[in-house]
Amino acid sequence: MDIIQVNELTKYYGKSRGIENLSFSVREGEIFGFIGPNGAGKSTTIRLLLSLIHPSSGQAAIFGKDVTKKGPEIRSQVGYLPSEVFYYDHMRVGELLHYSASFYPGDHKQRISYLADVMELEMNRKIRDLSYGNKKKVGIVQGLLHNPTLLFLDEPTSGLDPLMQRKFFDLVREENKKGVTIFFSSHFLGEVQRLCDRVGIIREGRMVEVSDIRTLQKNNYKKIRVLGKNESADFEMPGVSNLHQEGEWTQFFYSGDINQVLQRMSGFEIEDLSIEEPTLEEIFMHYYE
Amino acid sequence: MNKAIFRYEVRQRWSSVAIWAGSLAGLLLMFMALFPSFSADMAAMNQVLENFPPELKAAFGLNALNLATLEGYFGFCFVFCQLCLAIQAANYGLSLVSVEEDELTADFLLTRPLSRPIILTSKLLATLTSLLVTQIIFWVVSLASIVLFKGEAQYESRGIMLLLGSGLIFQLIFFSLGLVISQMVRRMHSVTPWSLGLAFGTYVISAFSGILGDVKLEYLSPFKHFDPGKIIRDLQYDTRLVILDVVIVIVAIGVSYWLYQKRDIASPS
Repeated sequence: MDIIQVNELTKYYGKSRGIENLSFSVREGEIFGFIGPNGAGKSTTIRLLLSLIHPSSGQAAIFGKDVTKKGPEIRSQVGYLPSEVFYYDHMRVGELLHYSASFYPGDHKQRISYLADVMELEMNRKIRDLSYGNKKKVGIVQGLLHNPTLLFLDEPTSGLDPLMQRKFFDLVREENKKGVTIFFSSHFLGEVQRLCDRVGIIREGRMVEVSDIRTLQKNNYKKIRVLGKNESADFEMPGVSNLHQEGEWTQFFYSGDINQVLQRMSGFEIEDLSIEEPTLEEIFMHYYE
Repeated sequence: MNKAIFRYEVRQRWSSVAIWAGSLAGLLLMFMALFPSFSADMAAMNQVLENFPPELKAAFGLNALNLATLEGYFGFCFVFCQLCLAIQAANYGLSLVSVEEDELTADFLLTRPLSRPIILTSKLLATLTSLLVTQIIFWVVSLASIVLFKGEAQYESRGIMLLLGSGLIFQLIFFSLGLVISQMVRRMHSVTPWSLGLAFGTYVISAFSGILGDVKLEYLSPFKHFDPGKIIRDLQYDTRLVILDVVIVIVAIGVSYWLYQKRDIASPS
């Protein structure tokens, strides 16, 4: 079943573009990476799905319900960690978390103290005195305390130190194992690569590609580095891209029949050679060109 | 209505209510404390006033008020209290929901599982409570100050009761206007310039309409709708204008609900 369905969703702020004709869907129980540079429309999409803003045209549904009509019902099952966290400054951490919990039926005290323990959060401190990273931790606990079945994470790791990032990822994986669907927006690809099942790549308000993370990585692209006396021009052939030279190393991406490129190189005097899977980052840069 | 929001909002406005009600009480007690010496020297005072240009007297409503009587003197003081009440109410209206966007907490509040009308209703009722508390303190202090400082003076209590009774609807006008204005602008940034502008602007219009005697201007200013001079003189409200005020409040709040429902919440980043 699709947890999120987005159909030709468009948002204009006056004349400036937010997103244009965006369509995609997120399946139940998956971790969906939503990747794009700043200003591509990632936050706009999330804000539309949470009905913080209203679409110019198109529809979006969560749990099969229209987001513009069933907002409150949908949001009772949704957790949201915004990219920049702002809370009532004068409150203490515990007060804020219990205030947030009061909007959801049931008792969430145990859950709050469990999450606060994991994230090493001090409940007695005032929000205004917290560092950026600590506010983010409050955001994480706040997003998870009511056991949502869908979690929106907008640039979740900025401001967290590596140790906390790891704990956070463990927490996300743990939630995912319980069946929680996760919508993970980021421009930082390393983390997505480690965590996600599928990624959507958004650029200038449009979805460029949605694919399984393994297919994306395999996509037949190989990163080839050659140490030798050859000019980079020697490697010009169909399927070669991003060709450039660093000292004696020549580097390029190749997609196509690997035998052809090997045949071409067999004529060269080569001192060293590496053929690797490109990182997602490198594939991603590819979409920008 | 959501109880958690209501409770939070009332608590949040507690110190503000205390400050406004305290200032009103101080202002009124200070003014009324001068009444005994004022009424003792009535003849001299009336002479001073006679020398004032009539336009100035009209601007302060002194042509209709007889400062020598207790209710006249109270009516004169009441105008300044009205000014405070107007600023307070406009402040509350302007900041009611815009404060969440200005302090970037709107994302938190609006991603809770509540509809915007419920959020607005909870905040609205909380503010009504705050305004009502302010009014009750104001009534008590008014009546106390009259008992304390009336001396030998005889007075018509109906006029004073009518004045005190007008306070809440008077505040509601400024509150609802503030609310609708806050929903018409993209971002408020600071509430004070708006509320001072709204309160003093309409006060100045009222003063001018006093000088010019122009009937059309009186529609524009709530100060003129509840002019203490007229209420003390006629011992009744101007029904037409009160109906107009009720309509303004209902329409402004209705439009605010509609605007808030379709509003795009500004992104914090």
